[in-house]
Amino acid sequence: MIRLVPEPNPPRYRALWVTLGAILVAFVIAGTVFSAYGVSPLGAYRAMLEGTLFDPKGLQEVFRRTIPLLLIGVGLTLAFRTQFFNIGAEGQVLLGAVFAAGVALFVPLPAALTLPVMFVAGALGGAFWCLIAAGLKSRLGVNEILTTLMLNYVAQYMVIYLINGPWKGKDARGYIYSDQFAAPARIPVIPGTDVHWPTLLLGILLALALQFLLARTTFGYAMRVVGENPGAARYAGISTARVVLLVALLTGGAAGLAGVGEVAGIHHRLIEPLQLSSGYGFTAVIVAWLARGNPALVLLTAPLMGTILAGGDLLKVSLNMPLRVVDVFSGVMLMCLIASEVFVRNRVRWGR
Amino acid sequence: MSQPLLELRHITKRFPGVVANDRVSLEVYPGEVLALLGENGAGKSTLISILYGLYRPDEGEILLEGQPVRIASPVHALRLGIGLVPQHPLLVNRHTVAENLALGIGGSLFPAQRIAPLIERLAHTYGLEVDPKAPVYGLSPGEKQRVEIVRALLRGVKVLVLDEPTSVLTPQEAQSLFRVMRELRSAGKSLIFISHKLEEVLAISNRCTVLRQGKVVGSLPTAEASKPTLAEMMVGRSVSFERKRSEPRLGEVLLEVENLRARSSRGLSALRGVSFQLRAGEVLGIAGVAGNGQSELVEVLAGLRRAEGGRVVLEGKPIAANPASLFESGVAHIPEDRIRMGTVPTMTVAENLALREFHKPPLAKGFLRDLAACEREAWAKVQEYAVATPSVHTPARLLSGGNIQKVILARELSHRAKLILAVHPTYGLDIGATEQVHKVLLGKTYEGAGVLLVSEDLEELLSLSDRIAVLHHGELKGPFRVSQTSREEIGLLMMGGDPGRPKQDAQH
Repeated sequence: MIRLVPEPNPPRYRALWVTLGAILVAFVIAGTVFSAYGVSPLGAYRAMLEGTLFDPKGLQEVFRRTIPLLLIGVGLTLAFRTQFFNIGAEGQVLLGAVFAAGVALFVPLPAALTLPVMFVAGALGGAFWCLIAAGLKSRLGVNEILTTLMLNYVAQYMVIYLINGPWKGKDARGYIYSDQFAAPARIPVIPGTDVHWPTLLLGILLALALQFLLARTTFGYAMRVVGENPGAARYAGISTARVVLLVALLTGGAAGLAGVGEVAGIHHRLIEPLQLSSGYGFTAVIVAWLARGNPALVLLTAPLMGTILAGGDLLKVSLNMPLRVVDVFSGVMLMCLIASEVFVRNRVRWGR
Repeated sequence: MSQPLLELRHITKRFPGVVANDRVSLEVYPGEVLALLGENGAGKSTLISILYGLYRPDEGEILLEGQPVRIASPVHALRLGIGLVPQHPLLVNRHTVAENLALGIGGSLFPAQRIAPLIERLAHTYGLEVDPKAPVYGLSPGEKQRVEIVRALLRGVKVLVLDEPTSVLTPQEAQSLFRVMRELRSAGKSLIFISHKLEEVLAISNRCTVLRQGKVVGSLPTAEASKPTLAEMMVGRSVSFERKRSEPRLGEVLLEVENLRARSSRGLSALRGVSFQLRAGEVLGIAGVAGNGQSELVEVLAGLRRAEGGRVVLEGKPIAANPASLFESGVAHIPEDRIRMGTVPTMTVAENLALREFHKPPLAKGFLRDLAACEREAWAKVQEYAVATPSVHTPARLLSGGNIQKVILARELSHRAKLILAVHPTYGLDIGATEQVHKVLLGKTYEGAGVLLVSEDLEELLSLSDRIAVLHHGELKGPFRVSQTSREEIGLLMMGGDPGRPKQDAQH
């Protein structure tokens, strides 16, 4: 019989080993799905690896997916640490894209100012969307998991309305998208690729800045108290409502920045919501979970999930697997990670 | 002597890093009450868990009526005739008493109906007043405990283990529990009574077995035991039972509460016009059964709850309803719940010590925390209050209850505290840690602080307070000078009785 014995003081690296173990188990489970589909799992994984990390074109795809995952994931890590379960990054990405597109399409600005203003507007858009949920939570005690999730759909239909109605492009005809952005409203890319490096840089800086915020500032301390023991926060007079609002501002803002990166770095126009974000807001939940509350660790976990996403896309094309294979992959991964949590705090004992 | 009903032989149970029970042997005879004494961590709970089938011993054997048994689970223990009355009743609040008791033994159709007559018969036999149709949420702690006893008796237990049964009871309720225990004893049941209240052990038990650090340090007939001998066996050194309070040095009126009204979190009227004064250097004890407004009173004074009416004046100024600014003006709060309120268990000792002043110099410079200063201050406090911790970077949850309480005291009292709100400050602490907490609190009063001591432990209140008031249904009776009241009178007031005393000593 297997028994779980609580471990009051788990060794420091235990979480790391457990996480790696969970990822491995996820690969094994996903592998059985592959073989049930008639594809050799080892072959599939080799194809994924070779086609992503060891191929210039593939590497570019990895980066393209890493950038939004990094930005969103960093914000979500902070939110989860404060027990603010933001499941609405998807919608916040869209709002960021809408605000940035609004600036790009309709606000006449000097060329040098266009991009900075777009980033600020996008961050505000994402933050605004998240603040709706945060406000409802701290004022009326509405569960933020529900509100953030539902606001995703509102955001999707808002984008569809805009590009189908008032913002519909002149050359769009039967399709729905906005006009193309002018050159100053496009984020520069590494030549020959579509890696919009300023957004990447922003993500890296944000990860380091938020890690610093959490560990070294009084606000970070207050956030941790609120997240780890709301009762103690109340007792010490730390305003939970204020902390939650500020965290919402940061997590929503980070997701908004990711939205700016997508419209201004890759698509250069506001397009259909499902093509624009394609589930980054949800995949970033896994990225944040893997980082276990440390924004700086997102610098490792975002590329990992980016590689898996890019590899999954590759499987669709090269091995002719169904579109949803990537979702299966990330779903299995998240399940394994959540289930592995119990092994961080307990030891497994065999026998009586 | 007859054959023991239950016998433990050389029971050893190890956990990583500790031997919780080290070759523990004891026996219980039919028709006796065996008191099992020991400080926290002495191994009482482990031993009970072994008896009730929650743990299996690593070594040793258990004999029931002379036959060796292996107790596999609580269900098995009950089938063997060993029952446990847990410290905190495990009942379904929304169900009636009969429905609760039918769990696991009633038939599948209308289980509660068939069991009700059984309950009444048992209750009658042993003098346990229990109404089978009463919903559990309306019961007092004492009544819930009786339900747990009935539950064990319904299963026909021969050995009944009572785990600190009096910790939630008023003195009067404890007396009625003792009557039931005597009935059970004369019916030939064996009772194991766990407690660290020595008076009760002396009053009810036939024999005492004392555990210390997992070992049996002695077993003796209660007739040969006394408070000092038992305490010495438990702690390993002699303990004083004198009243600890020397003459107070009273100053000006520090806190003035007038006609205070407040509602509980459920919106019920919790304080109905409470008035009292507390002077600098004084200890004012607040007695009462839990849930009579004590929490609300403390929360209002600590800035955690808004008053609905009345006046609270601290040093001549009305108080602000904000815990941070109240702490700033000298209100220290030692909360009832150390784990959920007093500390952040996942954070380190140093971080917990910084909880009140993390945002101010010297612990912070602007927005930045000064980690070196935090560590320095933490070490100083750990040393001053003798907190036993491997390091200031150890998570607070790894500390024992006594040491967590010392962390809270160190944090709350090192900032010039004027008014100390101490709620159950020694609940669950062992004798050694309790003594230290009392010393610190009394020490602060000699420096001019006023202490509002809320406790359910009458011994503690009588030994520390200068005056005692009783909260009952949100109304304050008293305060009375300790020298002019008695344990019985306070107990009666806690039950809502009226001892018929005309003089109210509100002022000194």
